[in-house]
Amino acid sequence: MALPPLDSPQWQSSWRAFTWGLRSITQTILTLVLFATYLGIGALAHDSHFSLVWALCSTLFVWAGPAQIILITTLGSGATVIQSAIAVTVSAIRLFPMVVSVLPLMRTPTTKRRELFFAAHLTAVTLWVECHRFLPQVPRERRIAFVNGLGFGLVSVCLTANTIGYFLAANLTRTLGAAILLLTPLSFLFSTARNCREVADVVALALGVLLYPLAAKMNSGLDILVSGLAAGTIAYGVHWWRDVRA
Amino acid sequence: MSAAQLVGDWQALVVLFVAGVIPNQIWRMLGLWFGGGIDEGSELLVWVRAVATAILAGVIAQIVVEPPGALASVPDGLRYGAVGAGLVVFLLTRRSIFAGVVAGEAFMLAGQWWLG
Repeated sequence: MALPPLDSPQWQSSWRAFTWGLRSITQTILTLVLFATYLGIGALAHDSHFSLVWALCSTLFVWAGPAQIILITTLGSGATVIQSAIAVTVSAIRLFPMVVSVLPLMRTPTTKRRELFFAAHLTAVTLWVECHRFLPQVPRERRIAFVNGLGFGLVSVCLTANTIGYFLAANLTRTLGAAILLLTPLSFLFSTARNCREVADVVALALGVLLYPLAAKMNSGLDILVSGLAAGTIAYGVHWWRDVRA
Repeated sequence: MSAAQLVGDWQALVVLFVAGVIPNQIWRMLGLWFGGGIDEGSELLVWVRAVATAILAGVIAQIVVEPPGALASVPDGLRYGAVGAGLVVFLLTRRSIFAGVVAGEAFMLAGQWWLG
């Protein structure tokens, strides 16, 4: 499926643009990755004793895979609400620059802020990547409708995956249940690794994995924050040092 | 499964809102309101991105090191081996997420089968 040319009458209605956005979910491997990831999140929610409605609400209203697994994992392992909220808040800061960089692609001189509300809500790493890929092929005045369609499609795929994963975890043998749970760390590890653009990103990822078991030994209840701050700051140091030498 | 089980207790939904929804939406809405004047490449944002990546990395490690539910039935070595095997294939296939995930899963399933 190719998108119609910019001057095609196909773009004359917002509804059509929404539909083109919806259909574009079939044009990206990331849809499959999201499906696997949210299958895992559904299973993780089940095995951490959350309800299905809880899992679906988290997908619908949080709409950020990393935040969702941080939330489920920390709450499920006995962290307090405050500790989880801090970890999630820090993980979500990256949404700020994403929203800041993606909304100008859709804005026209007459666009009102409230028209961008859903686009801002739908912004997460997958949508952000796809916007940069698809939007140059969409006429500017139809981009908001297109993004709403694309986001609606991706959310629907993830809600479906959550439900399937939840029931699979409830009904499968232990080994297959374990296989579904393993999808989450694998898909996040590799999709994050794929997004690494500079050495500092690689250092943050690798050190973050390696420092966690050390931080967990301190048993402070803030393990994730301690290892994250330490590894992230060291990674930033690497970035700074390379900048200074360059 | 009953309707009550599907919904669960309302306190958990409140916790979801406080610890999950607000911490995310705050950043998106700030981006929507104050979007104009922020330099995406600023040093503060570079540090923030590094810390956010490392926190996510820590959670990935936590799931593998202290696994929830059914994953706990897989021996330690096999879980670490599966991630390692997936990583090797991911790197060999020029960073294919799909190939890495499939390889990691296959390693774990084969190991479980072999161990009986």
